[in-house]
Amino acid sequence: MAQAAFEELVEDFEFLEDWEDRYRTVIDLGKDMEPLPEALRVPATKVDGCASQVWLHPQIDGNTFHFKGDSDAMIVRGLIAVLIRLYDGLPLSEVGAVDARAEFGRLGLTDHLSAQRSNGLRAMIERIRQTAAEAA
Amino acid sequence: MFDVEKIRADFPILSREVNGKPLVYLDNGASAQKPQVVIDAITKAYAEEYSNVHRGLHYLSNLATENYENVRGKIARFLNVPDEDEIVFTSGTTEGINLVAYGWAMENLQAGDEIILSVMEHHANIVPWHFLRERQGVVLKWVDVDSTGALDPQAVLDAIGSNTKLIAITQLSNVLGTVVDVKSICAGAREKGVPVLVDGSQAAVHMPVDVPDIGCDFYAITGHKLYGPSGSGAIFIKKERMAEMRPFLGGGDMIREVHKDEVTWNDPPMKFEAGTPGIVQTIGLGVALDYMMGIGMENIAAHEKELCAYARTKLDGLNWLNVQGTAPNKAAIFSFTIDGAAHAHDISTILDKKGVAVRAGQHCTGPLMDHLGLTGTCRASFAMYNTKAEVDVLIDALELAHELFS
Repeated sequence: MAQAAFEELVEDFEFLEDWEDRYRTVIDLGKDMEPLPEALRVPATKVDGCASQVWLHPQIDGNTFHFKGDSDAMIVRGLIAVLIRLYDGLPLSEVGAVDARAEFGRLGLTDHLSAQRSNGLRAMIERIRQTAAEAA
Repeated sequence: MFDVEKIRADFPILSREVNGKPLVYLDNGASAQKPQVVIDAITKAYAEEYSNVHRGLHYLSNLATENYENVRGKIARFLNVPDEDEIVFTSGTTEGINLVAYGWAMENLQAGDEIILSVMEHHANIVPWHFLRERQGVVLKWVDVDSTGALDPQAVLDAIGSNTKLIAITQLSNVLGTVVDVKSICAGAREKGVPVLVDGSQAAVHMPVDVPDIGCDFYAITGHKLYGPSGSGAIFIKKERMAEMRPFLGGGDMIREVHKDEVTWNDPPMKFEAGTPGIVQTIGLGVALDYMMGIGMENIAAHEKELCAYARTKLDGLNWLNVQGTAPNKAAIFSFTIDGAAHAHDISTILDKKGVAVRAGQHCTGPLMDHLGLTGTCRASFAMYNTKAEVDVLIDALELAHELFS
């Protein structure tokens, strides 16, 4: 079971009929997301393996996983906003148990997770899981 | 009579759909699709006529060797080169230019010698020269394009100094579509005794190429952009330059005799062709060149010129779209960005959902991107089988992208 914020997203997406509307929504989520401060866009937060530039800044608060992120590509920014709804606020021990592929499937966004896609979503998920595992 | 629908019917992949939409393939600058005759030739070569070449005396070896060697003459005809011994088979332009870098330049250039490059070269015509810079202290001298992306031949010639040993230049920019007047560059360079290498990867696809008329010393082409198989290609090397070269790759076929303490080389062009080559790829390239010459390079150029003018007018109508490269002499290659925050990958993702295949990124032209002050562009590059209707699909898809990202 994912976060409440993600479940809200799933409900919203149920009313979207085609890919255009889903993309529009993802792009809007990115536009509404707070940008990552320039000072945090550093090599340590940069995620390799993405065609565009991607930064993920994890913040571990006790036993809880938080993170922020950003990208110079708008669709990727939107995907980061989705990831935040999926992972942010979870207990560290539960991060690894999230089936990201299945959850993105519920939004009709699995095509972003295929191995050939260079948008880096897989690399971002890997970074999130690794960071949480190391902090736990 | 050039009939684009008839040509489209020759390319099976063009009738497929992607993402539920008819494919609009505009990534020809990266690689072109293959006509059925090429696909059939590949199958036939493996199914009925395959063996290694230049070895043995058995029936199939002779047949495969003949099929393979015949392509040398076809490439020579395609480039209007009278002597087919000046054609060296390669795996593509990258190998061709590396052959010149290792075989000719490393042998003949010393620290302080200069190589002149334009700022719009592809990495394949940059990185091999960086090897010489790093390893031998050779100096790379860069010539800029003007604000339209045009390259003034005189600017290239003005860059020639007493230490200039080579000019390495593209005939057609893979990003800007700029056609370069390589003939004038070669004429001026010849007066000063400077050899010229022309990267013909893009140009040979879109226009008739007459190498003796251009007057260059090296002319490199790549098969996969010429509607042929990947892993095929060739480079024209003038006899005089061949005489100044040592072999690059060592192995079978390029030798005459090998002993424990001595080795002697085969005659050119085989001196520069080591190991088992891309036999079937090369045979496929021969068929692709026959196909192109059958249609006629003049006819292909005329069709693409019309497409280019149409696309240019349509793209100019989008006032939020910035086309990079507006030189008067331009082929149907359009790089662009969209006003606002949309990244090249954002745009290409939306185009892809509409069935339109374009390339997004730096297009292997780091110095040009630096010059333009861009991190990347989207590029729509046309081929002989593209239509005005496909330009319209591109425009519709771009309008959707603009709406989504604005």
